[in-house]
Amino acid sequence: MLDYGIDHPGKWGRTFKIIFVNFQEILSRLPYSEPFLFVDSIEYLDENSVIGHYCFPEKAYYYKGHFKNKPITPGVLLTECMAQIGVVCLGINLLGIKNDETPAIAMTSTEIDFFLAVQPGETVKVVSHKLYFRFNKLKCKVEMYNRDENLIARGNISGMLKDN
Amino acid sequence: MTDKEILQKLKKIVTPYVQNEEGLNDFDETTDFLNDLKINSANLVDVILDVEDEYKIEIDNDSMNGMLTAGDARKIIQRKLRNE
Repeated sequence: MLDYGIDHPGKWGRTFKIIFVNFQEILSRLPYSEPFLFVDSIEYLDENSVIGHYCFPEKAYYYKGHFKNKPITPGVLLTECMAQIGVVCLGINLLGIKNDETPAIAMTSTEIDFFLAVQPGETVKVVSHKLYFRFNKLKCKVEMYNRDENLIARGNISGMLKDN
Repeated sequence: MTDKEILQKLKKIVTPYVQNEEGLNDFDETTDFLNDLKINSANLVDVILDVEDEYKIEIDNDSMNGMLTAGDARKIIQRKLRNE
């Protein structure tokens, strides 16, 4: 974890750890920038899961060509958005980098099913759960929802992450 | 479990991840996962996890780093099974 937890006395004499994560710090360590940053905000993050949001800008350049006269967000960008929020944000948190460095990352596998189209200007929510993080490989089950909580896409994404 | 049985099982485990299928024809102790079978490093992690599930063992980072060939893997599996 990036920040520090405190032991909190719970019911029945048990204690559990409350972890504070500085979401802004995670965002600032993402190794992306315009026009290839697909994360606006993180709503929730712990060592097993992450929830984040992104709005695909109505005037984005790719709508001019995908498709001609019929703008729809490319599936490959939905996949990228799912990977940046679902795998990279979670991965940075898991690596728990203490300094300003961004990790070395590489996407290694995607297997996504798509259910709904995303229109220009739509905001999406990405929900990701860690399946495993072993030997620098993070594999996650990632879902994307629209404003009405309908499923846009779902699948597994893996990447290799390493401290630089 | 004999060496041969473990190698046979290993061959079965790696098969879905192999990019160079010719490398499977003469699969033996000297078969190198990365160079002969062209398994990428991400899929090598899946091989290790499948080996862990198959033999109910846990493979640590050091063992993983030493697992370059089928023979290396066979030795590590046997060592873990003996609980060393």
